[in-house]
Amino acid sequence: MSDLLRGTAVQVAAAVNARQASALEVTEAMLAHVEGVEPGVGAYLTRLDESARSHAARVDRRVRSGESLPLAGVPVAVKDNMCLDGTRTTAASKILAGWVSPYTATAVQRIIDAGGIPIGKSNLDEFAMGSSCENSALGITHNPYDPTRVPGGSSGGSAAAVAAHEATIGLGSDTGGSIREPAAFCNLVGFKPTYGRISRYGLIAFASSLDQIGPLTRTVADAALAYEVMAGYDPMDSTSVQRDVETTGKPLPGDLTGVRVGIVREFDLAKLGAEAASLYQRAYGDLQKLGADLVEVALPTAEYGLATYYLIAPAECSSNLSRFDGIRYGLRVEGDDVTQTYEQTRAAGFGPEVKRRILIGTHALSSGYYDAYYVRAQKARTLIARDFAKAFEACDLIACPAASTPAFEFHAKSDPYSMYLMDYYTIPMSLAGLPALSVPCGWITPAGGTVPMPMGLQLTGPLFAERALLGAAHVYEQATRHAGAHAPQIGGAR
Amino acid sequence: MNTRLPHGSIPILSSEKIDVRYVAKLARIALTDDEVERFGTQLADLLTHVDALAQLDIASVSATAQVIESRNVLRDDLPRPGLDRDVVLAQAPASQGGFFRVPRIIAVKGEAS
Repeated sequence: MSDLLRGTAVQVAAAVNARQASALEVTEAMLAHVEGVEPGVGAYLTRLDESARSHAARVDRRVRSGESLPLAGVPVAVKDNMCLDGTRTTAASKILAGWVSPYTATAVQRIIDAGGIPIGKSNLDEFAMGSSCENSALGITHNPYDPTRVPGGSSGGSAAAVAAHEATIGLGSDTGGSIREPAAFCNLVGFKPTYGRISRYGLIAFASSLDQIGPLTRTVADAALAYEVMAGYDPMDSTSVQRDVETTGKPLPGDLTGVRVGIVREFDLAKLGAEAASLYQRAYGDLQKLGADLVEVALPTAEYGLATYYLIAPAECSSNLSRFDGIRYGLRVEGDDVTQTYEQTRAAGFGPEVKRRILIGTHALSSGYYDAYYVRAQKARTLIARDFAKAFEACDLIACPAASTPAFEFHAKSDPYSMYLMDYYTIPMSLAGLPALSVPCGWITPAGGTVPMPMGLQLTGPLFAERALLGAAHVYEQATRHAGAHAPQIGGAR
Repeated sequence: MNTRLPHGSIPILSSEKIDVRYVAKLARIALTDDEVERFGTQLADLLTHVDALAQLDIASVSATAQVIESRNVLRDDLPRPGLDRDVVLAQAPASQGGFFRVPRIIAVKGEAS
């Protein structure tokens, strides 16, 4: 059974469908493992032991009746900004600390319908705003590869859970890098599909034009499997795209012959230091050895991504989070009148980063500043998307770093802007809505660190090119197998 | 002060201009004096980084609100079950008689508001 805890989603589902193991056996083994390692990891804000058992029993009944389920018995960590009927859903915020969701997010429902077993609700930066999980108001999550370091964020709980084998698939949401950066920090594959591919219904909104759900997994094949289960049109989300999802009915390809991989001229690897620069050079070289043609592409406006993002995302968040007012659900702090009730509820309920973003967003949208900030940022977004479209005339995929450093120590980023810089390489793709993933590409022992930490290669494709993107990542992963080089300190051998 | 740029019709504003108390009032967040000072410094710093966008020539560029082509989606206007009222009200900070109980919005004449 411990083999199955270490196994991939593909392996777990195959074993349960073949009735070599029951979903309930897998679940019980997983719950026992979680119980053992959680004190050192802190991946989960809420554990779902009882509902996991009943989901597992239901999966076993379905399998016994002859059904074959794509995720039969696969343990899943659900980021705690996704609704699951009858469970506490907090967004890691004090303002929702006691809120029990009355419905289930579409993506989560599709995972359950496919046989997946939610094991727990995982930690995140409050309302998914952050890059280290340190902005959670409700818990601390440690990186299983070095518990003195952060797991990344905002989907850090799901990343840590999968890295420590406390789940086989982690569900994350990515607004500016919140799946890809924690995947890089925790030696995982983290996949953000094209904007609109997976329904946002039941995902607590941060920045609606950017938010996208996706999986964090230990292999590309598992990411493809989870993606295919979740993707597709949902009438409950009017921005979900009505377009067929290409499935892995055909196997992922075996080499990269003829694939043109773009290397971004403006991304100067030397800025990352000699060790990281040579690591990424080696990764690009490996793509070439696998048959890819490397071509230089230009993204002259990518460097404006961060500035653009830190106007658009806060503007959208200031609007989205206005619903947390202490009236219909969540925390209420009574004031003398309704305005004071709003003001004190929000003062007590939101943490510093959420307040900062609401304030900057409110400023950017306020009268007299709207054109100078918000509209200007929306125009910059047009230019960034245009640069990518032009680049993809010359290449099929773009390769670049997923993050500029390996996982850092707690409290290492004291000023907000230094934390924002963590998403330098992931934000432009988000602004353009493109599918992008991080795949393990090697290890670096950080200055002051004692053990090697994983690094992630980011691959980006044109809109809706998920299939080609996952295929190329699979080829690279199978040829290089960087992920297996080191085991996590917590959660056991891979 | 507004500054007109050589190649853009949109003014960019001086980044020290963020009035944190005013913005917090708009956003309905009560701030302590300490927060006003800290956020003021941090947000002014962030806005200096954001000012880099002034370098972009955006005069003839259209704004992007959404990257994927979207259109109005209408569903058939058919009744269907919604969330159960008791379940929803169980989450309310205060409810009464099947309704959300809200703080007083209009002052009663003769009473201090």
